[in-house]
Amino acid sequence: MKKLLLATALAGLASTAFAQDVVRLGTEGAYPPYNFINDAGEVAGFEREFGDELCKRAGLTCEWTTNEWDSIIPNLQSGNYDVIIAGMSITDEREEVIDFSQGYLPPASSAYLALSADVDLKSGPVSAQTSTIQAAFVAANGMTVVEFATPEETVAAVKNGEAVAVLADKDYLAPIAAESNGELVLLAQEESIGGGVGLGLRDSDDELRGKFDAAIKSMKCDGTLDAMITKPEYFGPEAKTWGEAGKEGC
Amino acid sequence: MFSFCADPKAIEGLSWLVCYLTSAKHLSFYASFGTVLLLLVVTAPAALAFGFGGATAARSPFLPARIFGKTYIAMVRGVPDIVFFLFFVIALDQGIEYLKSLAVCPDGAWPWQGLEFRVCKEAKVPLATSSPFWHEAYGFMLAVVTFAIVFGAFVANVLFGAMQAVPRAQLETAEAYGMNHAQVFRRILVPQMWVYALPGLSNLWMILIKATPLLFLLSVEDIVYYARELGGSKTQAYEYPHGDWRLWYFLALLCFYLLMTRLSEGVLGRLSARLSKGQATAAGEAMRKAAA
Repeated sequence: MKKLLLATALAGLASTAFAQDVVRLGTEGAYPPYNFINDAGEVAGFEREFGDELCKRAGLTCEWTTNEWDSIIPNLQSGNYDVIIAGMSITDEREEVIDFSQGYLPPASSAYLALSADVDLKSGPVSAQTSTIQAAFVAANGMTVVEFATPEETVAAVKNGEAVAVLADKDYLAPIAAESNGELVLLAQEESIGGGVGLGLRDSDDELRGKFDAAIKSMKCDGTLDAMITKPEYFGPEAKTWGEAGKEGC
Repeated sequence: MFSFCADPKAIEGLSWLVCYLTSAKHLSFYASFGTVLLLLVVTAPAALAFGFGGATAARSPFLPARIFGKTYIAMVRGVPDIVFFLFFVIALDQGIEYLKSLAVCPDGAWPWQGLEFRVCKEAKVPLATSSPFWHEAYGFMLAVVTFAIVFGAFVANVLFGAMQAVPRAQLETAEAYGMNHAQVFRRILVPQMWVYALPGLSNLWMILIKATPLLFLLSVEDIVYYARELGGSKTQAYEYPHGDWRLWYFLALLCFYLLMTRLSEGVLGRLSARLSKGQATAAGEAMRKAAA
């Protein structure tokens, strides 16, 4: 009987070893150009192309899934997906609950978007997305913060006068300002917050993190990452890149 | 979908609108109406079953059953829906995976490690290798169970009240004919209670119709998710850039919900008339007089 059990257990192990492992990538899908759901209903944007390339280099089969920003960390811990790839800045606070890969986007500036360029940021609430570095920054710097669940709503709050300005990544706000026909403008004041963007992984997934770290490093080394960042449909030629600093230790 | 939609940025006017409204994302939006209807069709009978069980248990002469029924009703009714939908679903999901891990994981380690929930990959439900369809179907199944438990508690309370409302004289007469407890319950109490339960049940049905946006908390993409996603302003990064159109999408949802409410009212009205027939109630009496 024992032998029979052992044999079935071994057979079970063997069959799973043949099955290709699938790594599930979780993103928000509402933050262009980082990630968004395109008109075909698929995840698109910089992180889509970047993530697919990483998986190819690491030899992994990857599946995309979307999750609300609010619960993106709890659902990672609960095992509903294995990697957060959602423009998530590396912060000490988040480091306490999850692990980050090395950065794949250098620290970028955050900008304010308002109805006019001379708005006083202390005269009213400033909107930001819930649990973002921007929301924490606004609250910590003597301004009143009003939080929304999605990036879209933070901008809508400025349009309808609920907030005097919105603080978000400049790369997200710049196209919105440019296409608003002058209704919305970026303020001259910008903030440098966050330590760059990295993949979020469970603390226990060191092996997977190693694979992704190696793949990110190889993209930095051969310059494909910088080339991808500066594509006009993503962050444009003026975006901050890794440059020579990224090639250290290649 | 149409050949002239190949380059959306080059077309305008009516053909742009036609292409826009037939984009793959819009087709998913239309399909999500089906998801909501399916949820209603599956959840309503399930909640009714949970409620019937709860009510029967709550008035059972057997003490543990009575305690169980009353605790179920009181606990679920007392917890805010949104807490239930956030907490319970994760607990249910982890519970299922834990049970599966006992059967299939070789190491059998305790899965709750600090903040993380960790089972071997064979115990994942659905497996990471399953197609996205199964992941969605599983989310939908969790949603149905959660809705059924939450609404079941309210249904149980309504049915409990309805069972108490059946005139005692009716039951006593049945007992005088020599029926036992189960026969009285089955032949007299249950057929007569529906007419008392219907107003309460119809309220719950209406609330259930409007509660489906809670689906999105369970990452099931329903009509409200799509309305918000499609209506939000779109920059040139998208194929069909447009301003903030959420108002129009939510107006469409309003029409859908109003239509659903109107249809339900019609059906419930007929049901009420049918159930009142021959009953010892004012409505039943009025029908008898009209017929005479």
